Amino acid sequence: MKKSIILSALFGLLVNTSLLANTAPKKSSKAQKSIKLKADVDNGGLTLPKGIGALVVADGLGKARHLAVAPNGDVYVRLNKLVNGKGTVVLKDTDGDGKADQNTSFGNFLGTGIVIGNGYLYASSDTSVVRYPMKDGKIDEAAGETIVTGLEHYSEHGSKSIELDDKGHLYVTFGAPSNACQEKNRQKGSKGMDPCPILEWHGGIWQFDANKKNQKQADGVRYATGLRNVVGLDWNKQQGELYAMQHGRDQLNTMFSTLYNAEQNAELPSEEFCLVKKGSDFGWPYCYHDRFQNKKMLAPEYGGDGKIQERCEGKDQPIMAFPAHWAPNALLFYTGNLLPAKYKNGAFICFHGSWNRAPLKQGGYFVAFVPFGKNGKPSGEYEVFAEGFAGGSEIKNPNEAKARPMGLAQGPDGSLYISDSVKGKVWRVIKN
Amino acid sequence: MFKYIVTGLLLVGMLGSAVSARYGQKNTIHKAIQADSGQLVYENYCLACHQEDGSGVPNLNPPLIQNEWVLGDSVRLIKVVLNGLKGVEVAGESYSNEMPSHDFLSDKDIANVLTYIRKSFGNKANAITPAMVKMQRAKK
Repeated sequence: MKKSIILSALFGLLVNTSLLANTAPKKSSKAQKSIKLKADVDNGGLTLPKGIGALVVADGLGKARHLAVAPNGDVYVRLNKLVNGKGTVVLKDTDGDGKADQNTSFGNFLGTGIVIGNGYLYASSDTSVVRYPMKDGKIDEAAGETIVTGLEHYSEHGSKSIELDDKGHLYVTFGAPSNACQEKNRQKGSKGMDPCPILEWHGGIWQFDANKKNQKQADGVRYATGLRNVVGLDWNKQQGELYAMQHGRDQLNTMFSTLYNAEQNAELPSEEFCLVKKGSDFGWPYCYHDRFQNKKMLAPEYGGDGKIQERCEGKDQPIMAFPAHWAPNALLFYTGNLLPAKYKNGAFICFHGSWNRAPLKQGGYFVAFVPFGKNGKPSGEYEVFAEGFAGGSEIKNPNEAKARPMGLAQGPDGSLYISDSVKGKVWRVIKN
Repeated sequence: MFKYIVTGLLLVGMLGSAVSARYGQKNTIHKAIQADSGQLVYENYCLACHQEDGSGVPNLNPPLIQNEWVLGDSVRLIKVVLNGLKGVEVAGESYSNEMPSHDFLSDKDIANVLTYIRKSFGNKANAITPAMVKMQRAKK
């Protein structure tokens, strides 16, 4: 696929050169303008609301994570595994049909986070955040500088998602290298540590100076805690607030088979949509959210039985709770005008898709939309916005999924971009 | 969970008649029984992460299908169950979740479940005996 993209890019260059050489430039620019942005006949395999379509920008990029779109429309995609030694792919559409016809890459580090703002492109590995000056959609790779450095490397929930606010801050997620802060992680019968020492450096969101070089974690501020693992987060410009999606804990039934059965584990705890304020505490590992009782419950590692709250009574509540294990990996507040007005200022969420809902069928594997009111809270139920990623009607094991929605970004024209973590497909969602 | 246990019990109950048909030869009956009780252990302790078909979860939990960790050195495989595992690559891919120690399982349960995974999901490797597990546990 990549070879064919490169070949077609080369072919495109050749065609452009020959046009320029043989005819007046006027004609070639007219020919380019006649190419219109339009959705693929099959919407790239996605099912979308009426009046909305999608086209495949690129495919086969690798294990794609988050993505960002520059002001000139170039798409930057982070990879979780290096491809030809590079960790960020740059997709360029030179003829305006929406399909990438140039595919280059840079940066020898893999990772998840990417955000454009403040005149820079910021990208994270699992142990650092770097930034590159950006001009006319292009980065100056040689002028890259390290903003956050020396972070502890750990594999479980170790990816760093990043976000900028409009006050010069950079937010970095520090997932907990643990399921429920047991003395022995995920070990049946192992007690929860109390207090949980992991919270000192993990299980939260840290705030850094977006413009200061070589900050260590200790130079940042623990902005919010009690968050087991956040992959999707977004700064809501209209509200001036940070929002984040919390991945709830696993294995209630395998750890505590006398308190929870497999069906209960499939539905508990909630995946939480959180309005994150400075000092927020969402309760992990002591508490989990039960969307049926709409409460934070005491975790069984700390003496909970599914019914008592105790110290969890005062913990911060989510603004919306989703079914368990759907894995919300991206959050985006839509500010564009391309999609119908109902979407403006609402939230799109990528549910990467579950793996631990057996014996019930797996869930997620779609992009949801949550309408928002002016008060910064959801104004209605969530709806399925884009589905069909996985390819089949029912996913039993995540390996069956042909694609899984992973990242979200908004283009300068209001297009919504979605990345896929399986093969590295990128869709552009437009008005049809 | 309850469903699995019932299914498992039914399977065990049906073994007498089903096994010879399933495995053809009578001298493999013992190993067949071992693999089927291994399936019960698998469903209770392994399935959530490694999935019903052993395919694992991309980037999180490794597959148990056709890889050297499962098919290769039996001592190393027994140690994975006894000690847990994290931060290794399986067939060129990395997996971020930590596997906890399962040393609370009996020698027999560990032998049975390892025999089950070595003979399921398209795998074909020798059975693991409780004595082999016992020996590794003693060295722990």
